[in-house]
Amino acid sequence: MTTVYVPGDAAAVSVGADEVAAAFEAAGVSVVRNGSRGMLWLEPLIEVATDDGRVGFANVTPEDVEALAGGLDQPDHPWTEHPSFLGVVDEHPWLAGQQRVSFARVGVVDPSSVTDYEAHGGWAGLRRALSMSPAEVVAEVTESGLRGRGGAGFPAGIKWKTVLETQADQKFVACNFDEGDSGTFADRMVVEGDPFTLVEGMTIAAHAVGATEGYVYVRSEYPHAAAALRRAIDAAYTHGFLGRDILGSGLTFELHVRIGAGAYICGEESSMLDSLEGRRGEVRAKPPIPAISGLFGRPTAVNNVLTLCAVPMILADGGAAYAALGTGRSRGTQVFQLAGNIRHGGIVELPFGVTLGELVEEYGGGTLTGRPVRAVQVGGPLAAYLPPEQFGLPMDYEAFAEAGAMVGHGGIVVFDDTVDMARMARFAMEFCSAESCGKCTPCRIGSTRGVETIDRIIAGQDVSANLVLLDDLCETMTKGSLCAMGGLTPMPVQSALRHWPEDFDPASTGSTSERGVDA
Amino acid sequence: METTSVTHRAALVRAIAAQHTAHRGALMPVLHDVMDELGYISREDVEAVADVLNLSVADVHGVVSFYKDFRTTPPPTHTVELCRAEACQSVGAEALYADTRSRAAKLGEDVEVHEVFCFGNCALGPAGVIDGRLHGRLSTERIDALTAGWRS
Repeated sequence: MTTVYVPGDAAAVSVGADEVAAAFEAAGVSVVRNGSRGMLWLEPLIEVATDDGRVGFANVTPEDVEALAGGLDQPDHPWTEHPSFLGVVDEHPWLAGQQRVSFARVGVVDPSSVTDYEAHGGWAGLRRALSMSPAEVVAEVTESGLRGRGGAGFPAGIKWKTVLETQADQKFVACNFDEGDSGTFADRMVVEGDPFTLVEGMTIAAHAVGATEGYVYVRSEYPHAAAALRRAIDAAYTHGFLGRDILGSGLTFELHVRIGAGAYICGEESSMLDSLEGRRGEVRAKPPIPAISGLFGRPTAVNNVLTLCAVPMILADGGAAYAALGTGRSRGTQVFQLAGNIRHGGIVELPFGVTLGELVEEYGGGTLTGRPVRAVQVGGPLAAYLPPEQFGLPMDYEAFAEAGAMVGHGGIVVFDDTVDMARMARFAMEFCSAESCGKCTPCRIGSTRGVETIDRIIAGQDVSANLVLLDDLCETMTKGSLCAMGGLTPMPVQSALRHWPEDFDPASTGSTSERGVDA
Repeated sequence: METTSVTHRAALVRAIAAQHTAHRGALMPVLHDVMDELGYISREDVEAVADVLNLSVADVHGVVSFYKDFRTTPPPTHTVELCRAEACQSVGAEALYADTRSRAAKLGEDVEVHEVFCFGNCALGPAGVIDGRLHGRLSTERIDALTAGWRS
């Protein structure tokens, strides 16, 4: 019997994938709810297995199902005549040029099947890791050059070495799955489409650092991902990949899922640890670093989802294979996320070094509205806005830092020429004031004063003096905040001021107010 | 849930909390379970949870008030949550949010419209959750269509 793949990914579901799946089931077709291939503008993108490979149909609606379902298993089925026919999905130009490592299985496998995972190379990294000493596993990860994918880019091997070498009665692995930055959805998609990779990565981490218990902190806005992860964890316990004496190695690792409650700041690692402990998600002063005193005061390896999801491949194929990809000190691949006002939004996984312009214009196809690109924000709400003049920048942690920007987690949000950058700067301050944990003054009060100051600039009140005040405030927040929330909020504000000073100039309000209406 | 008697509610909350006493850092899972069962967390619920988990009322109240998901009043019949983070703003979320808020009463009886910062649907914005279901490419017309049943 023919199998039809209908993504269960939240983005696909948001444009009708559940209704399409139900229509196929009603027509008697067997349906697998795979993850999404990441070509989100084509969702719901359904696939049918053929002798030539899986062929796809784009933007399928329940009304299309009758025509598609009838005679699916007949060799002369007139697929190619259907207007939404895409051909063999793996050969689609958008996918064929990518180098998928962390996303190799996403959209391909059945995320609920532990055997499908194994058939696609799953558990090979864990098996090899369990044959090595913890220090050897840490050395392999260090050799790979893997850096934290949550945004900070800290070398994962060094963090793990610290946890491994800290003596304690108990240690933890904590996965930061509080993917709250606008323009990022790769963590969500990898967990919804390939959750066993995260389970495997965390189990390898546990072996490497000597942890016996792990927590995944999932934001509450991601119920689909939490459900997929819980199913995978249950299956992993059943098949001996979690729990006591994993694969007969003697390793014990218990893995728990915890749900956030709508606080952006809990994506900051120390706030997340407080939240996991059942407290207000307030930032902790460092030192001590979590690797020495983390969850419940014990040494804790805190890693982002994609960092942990890179680990199984590194252990399966060796750190050198991963390090062979990339550029400079940015090794391996990055999962870029094309978002916002973009024609072809979705996931592009490529080695570091690809330019911003290639991602936005070649993969992204420019704006959805068809208007010129005016600004892109790379790396989340606490990162810089860049003009198209900087599209030649290679995606590389150091190259971006030199340009006063950051690669962060690789989220790219595109804006067309109707955007009012003074409004976006104001929003950065507003967001900080709404989401600040309140522990430190520069962030808690500075952000509110920032909104007020930008409001005065927009209103044309004493503009030059208020611009000086805003600059001073940004410096105070940058230098005086406890964490990146207050410390980096000035980055979007100051980059907007630097690249689009005309938007802050009340003399040119004609165009600005026009933009304000559209934006 | 309005029909839940005070004593019955207290017993239920205590039973929920008791299920988690063996877990480390049990407070967040307990509060989520109270929300799932009862729709909101009352002042009396805070006291019951504090008592069972051996925490101070102030500690529990502090956590309830910190996180946006924890309501302290009964939930409305219908909810529209719209993302107004950057990616959705780039495709018109601010105007959609302002418009939907101003029309909340016209969408149906007892409707709340909230802002949310990001559902991770940033390539298909404006994104929103309507009565618990995620939608992409929202517009005024689409919201009207999705909420049509509220007005019949």
